Amino acid sequence: MTTTTVARSSSGLTRRQRARLNRWVQYAVGLLVILFLAAKTDWASMADSFARGDVAASMFPRLLTEALKNTLIYTGLAFVFGLGLGLLIAMMKLSSIGPYRWVANGYVELFRGLPALVVLFMVAYGIPNAFPGFQFPGDIYGKVTVGLGLTAAAYMAETIRAGIQAVPKGQWEAARSLGMGPGRTMFSIIIPQAFRVVIPPLTNELILLVKDSSLVYVVGVSIAQYELTKFGQSFLNSKANATPLIVVALSYLAITLPLSSLVRALEKRFAKAR
Amino acid sequence: MPTTQSAHATSPGAHAISIRNLSKAFGDHVVLRDISIDIDPGQVVCVIGPSGSGKSTLLRCVNLLETPTSGQIWVGADEMTDPDVDIDKVRRRIGMVFQSFNLFPHLKVLDNLTIAQTKVLGRSKDEAVEVARRNLGRVGMADREDAFPSQLSGGQQQRIAIARSLSMDPELMLFDEPTSALDPELVGEVLAVMKGLAGEGMTMMIVTHEMGFAREVADRVVFMDGGYVVEDGHPSEVIGNPKEQRTKSFLHRVLNPMVIEPEEIHPDGIHDHIADIYDGGAR
Repeated sequence: MTTTTVARSSSGLTRRQRARLNRWVQYAVGLLVILFLAAKTDWASMADSFARGDVAASMFPRLLTEALKNTLIYTGLAFVFGLGLGLLIAMMKLSSIGPYRWVANGYVELFRGLPALVVLFMVAYGIPNAFPGFQFPGDIYGKVTVGLGLTAAAYMAETIRAGIQAVPKGQWEAARSLGMGPGRTMFSIIIPQAFRVVIPPLTNELILLVKDSSLVYVVGVSIAQYELTKFGQSFLNSKANATPLIVVALSYLAITLPLSSLVRALEKRFAKAR
Repeated sequence: MPTTQSAHATSPGAHAISIRNLSKAFGDHVVLRDISIDIDPGQVVCVIGPSGSGKSTLLRCVNLLETPTSGQIWVGADEMTDPDVDIDKVRRRIGMVFQSFNLFPHLKVLDNLTIAQTKVLGRSKDEAVEVARRNLGRVGMADREDAFPSQLSGGQQQRIAIARSLSMDPELMLFDEPTSALDPELVGEVLAVMKGLAGEGMTMMIVTHEMGFAREVADRVVFMDGGYVVEDGHPSEVIGNPKEQRTKSFLHRVLNPMVIEPEEIHPDGIHDHIADIYDGGAR
């Protein structure tokens, strides 16, 4: 071995040359796999199963006027309900009063541990059975709001609690020193700052809710109340073709991708106010 | 324990702040031991002492950010330690300035100054803005009312924090090491604002390490150590001619930071060395 500063392996390549070679080999392997799959695929059959223009066209305009709209409504209702309840539970978790904390902790553990589908079933069928004569306001809308919102609230409560605790103690002290009471301090000073912290995780919660809204069909909905998944499924059955699934998938992405970029925009806007 | 606390001839309610037999412990750790101090309206009192001496805790007890273990505190005629006191109401009259500024980062400068005015004092938005602008002018920040706190330097933020307190028209102001978190070149602008306030007759209780400021601006300097008030008097006495050995050695170290030679530092750390200075002096 000489004292040269460039380490050479037995192949005679420098470390940088070897790294470059390594990278090109990986590109080549990836390309070969793609070419192999493309050659093996029956494109005509694929297009016929997943991308039939006439099937896709037949889903309009109800895809937008009913299915997409209903998905947004179910999601929005459950999110607002879950956010309100989650905020309440977060405050209970931070309370100095023991029983409030115990109830809140029990709630979070219970509803995080249950599948959303089970909760939805319980709300939609269990509660009307247990309380004869009780009607959810808006019937299916009430059932969905509560059924999906209860689960969402458990997750959001944990997120909001963490956000509130992330606000420095000095903020609380400064507000109290100005004569603000505990409630005023919480709502005017702490929660606005906490929400800046929790907007990204809360938006993830919203995206999860968009997808959980596909469970709504178990409540027993009329055709006009179909959301995206149930709507797509009905076309899947009647057309015996998978194209509706692609259309539905793209519709979900049309909701969730803008949400993601909205988060980025909000984060950017809040960056200077932190 | 030798102390030179002021005599309590007058009734507690006659002072701006009266602290009587105040003790504070965090668990087994006793931070304040039987402190009694009266501060008169218009007085500027600097509280000095080594870290851990209890001076910040004392200040925070005055507006009940810390709950005293025993003893009584009056602010004007209101007893803060009375369980029935409306603490929010008394705190409106007490300005508080923190080491870490604690401006509300989600609000612009102007809103930082108006939020408590409108929501606590019930002032109209217009009136609150007018008061806020006047106080921004007082601290030399009139041109930055639309900035967010994070866009300002530490010195600017602390001046805004002072203006925020002033906007509540407080009877007295508490300062908890207001310049300790600042870069050295920014200390002067904050001290200048505080000096201006002192000149206007504001009652001020200031925990600080700025000996020059204490000497020049304070009417009275309180030296604390180990939870006790060790000396209490005019700055020319406490700083200029300290009687207690502990005060002398503290001032000696603060005024001559290079006094401890490297070879004097024990393997166990510098605190043992400082403890030696104390033990040799105070007993």
